[in-house]
Amino acid sequence: MESLGHLAQGFAVAAKPMNLLVALLGSFIGTVVGLLPGLGPINGVAILLPIAFAMKLPPETALILLAAVYIGCEYGGRVSSILLNIPGDAGALMTALDGYPMARKGLAGVALSISAWSSFVGSVIATLGLALFAPILARWALSFGPAEYFVLMVFAICCLAGMVGERPVKTLLAALIGLVLATVGIDANSGVYRFTFDDVHLSDGIQFIVVVIGLFSVSEMLVMLEQSHAGQAVIKNTGRALFNFREMAETWWGTVRSSVIGFIVGVLPGAGATIASAITYMVEKNLTDREGTFGKGDIRGVAAPEAANNSAAHGAFIPMLTLGVPGSGTTAVMVGALTLYNITPGPLLFQQQPDLVWGLIASMFIGNVMLLVMNIPMIGLFTRMLHVPNWLLVPAIAAVSFVGVYAVHATTFDLVLMVGLGVFGWLLRKLGFPMAPLILGFVLGDMMEQNLRRALAISDGHPSILFQSPVTWILWALAAGALAMPLVLRKLRPAG
Amino acid sequence: MSDRIFSALWIASCAAVAWLAWQIEAPFSYEPIGPRAFPLLLCGAMAAAAAWIVVKPDREPDWPRGTARGKAIVLVVAFLAYAFLFEWLGFPLATALVTVAVGRLFGGGWVAVAAGGAALGGGLWYFFDKLLDVTLPLGRVFAGA
Repeated sequence: MESLGHLAQGFAVAAKPMNLLVALLGSFIGTVVGLLPGLGPINGVAILLPIAFAMKLPPETALILLAAVYIGCEYGGRVSSILLNIPGDAGALMTALDGYPMARKGLAGVALSISAWSSFVGSVIATLGLALFAPILARWALSFGPAEYFVLMVFAICCLAGMVGERPVKTLLAALIGLVLATVGIDANSGVYRFTFDDVHLSDGIQFIVVVIGLFSVSEMLVMLEQSHAGQAVIKNTGRALFNFREMAETWWGTVRSSVIGFIVGVLPGAGATIASAITYMVEKNLTDREGTFGKGDIRGVAAPEAANNSAAHGAFIPMLTLGVPGSGTTAVMVGALTLYNITPGPLLFQQQPDLVWGLIASMFIGNVMLLVMNIPMIGLFTRMLHVPNWLLVPAIAAVSFVGVYAVHATTFDLVLMVGLGVFGWLLRKLGFPMAPLILGFVLGDMMEQNLRRALAISDGHPSILFQSPVTWILWALAAGALAMPLVLRKLRPAG
Repeated sequence: MSDRIFSALWIASCAAVAWLAWQIEAPFSYEPIGPRAFPLLLCGAMAAAAAWIVVKPDREPDWPRGTARGKAIVLVVAFLAYAFLFEWLGFPLATALVTVAVGRLFGGGWVAVAAGGAALGGGLWYFFDKLLDVTLPLGRVFAGA
């Protein structure tokens, strides 16, 4: 078992005091960001990334921090689902269906602890899957040429278009806007400036951090202004704090099933925690709900989606680490983080940066143990966070966002551009454009163009190279399938 | 209607971007397609997608009206002011001011937001600048220049 040797090496990296500290900090911040309604993993990762960069953390430490925040969010989201009936992040949507009724019955403590436990099980199963399958996929992907890469990215975007948002056209347009924003700046191949309007601030291109913070932090605050959750009371009486053996046995197989499904869904580009938890909730309801108790506070309906959203979040690291093609908004931000460090994610990562990859995987095991401890015995600390009022929270988010953007280049230009992009993002969101594809397009833009041009250089300009190998055929077919998916589903769904 | 207006504007911008892209010329090139092809391709695809939305728009989104619209505008102005004052007034003071303005928008009382502003301005400056070594401006206006 070659993976085991690498994993041991990874644990040596992850156990460095600095990395342990960062994992602890990230898990804590992630849980807090996750439980606050409105803020999800992508906002948390986006806001922390520039700070990690400005603190000059080494790349593996920065990645461990961001990954811990991401995973922590998947734990934290359930807290407000259960106590407030408002999902803390999108992945925790299904948890509210049974979690809140359980809390109303005085079983909030049990719901919180069983969901923390199933989150942990889901995470561990998915991390094992990551350690086992990622190196295999990376080795296979080594044979990819530029044509295969280009088609792979087309596939990733089509997957998003088919699965995210209600209008595939809008998702597609959002991704294209991201791609076009990425062309601003100097062209790596020819050295000419594109769309810079002779402005020195744009010659380097639009800064990744400016785009991410504008779209996910500034626009989020505008959205928060519109929705106030005032009047919704936090459930105070949490009852028994820990699940008992019978409850654990009752949820065990559902948790394991959901973890496996969540992992598979997470690996697919475009799907992710939200879709994974929705699928598993339906699967469990169909398989086990004989008395019709799902939706009325069934403990199995709390455990299953939580296992799934955590394992999907871990599974999402596979395409990001092995192919360099992120499958979700949050992993797209992490790819952007790596490029800030001049590290190109992709199959070579496993050979060239084993410390980074295996350190990250090992730290996921450690981080999940920390999160389990934080989320069962110390849960009271986090439920108190739900009382932080928006009038203090929003200015704090604003200040931290501005610090993050300012820290990169220290220019007023970037700050103003960030606010502008934030307003643009808010308009797009109001019109029903999802933001994750936009950031995915922005991250992939450069890679996509370079690979396309490289492929066409090989074939001397003939587009036929994009359809030559069996890998490209399969990817084109999958891309078409992903685009056709919503149409098929609409046909299958019974009318009314 | 909003969908149609946005898409029409977007098609117009695609045309503008395509016009700009057309003028990009590489002095020398080792590859069959230069720096101009990819942006042009994207403009074509974006215009097609936007045209589809013009033909089949979604239901009207509910835009903020009345005071909600006013609040949204004030928030954007506050952020812009924060961006411009960040270097000039320095992080602590600018943050304190924006906290008061934004805190009021989100329904905080005057005393509470003033205390919050002082705490965030001072606390975050100490946290980032001193503890995390992320250098923040203290204000050009006070530098005597």
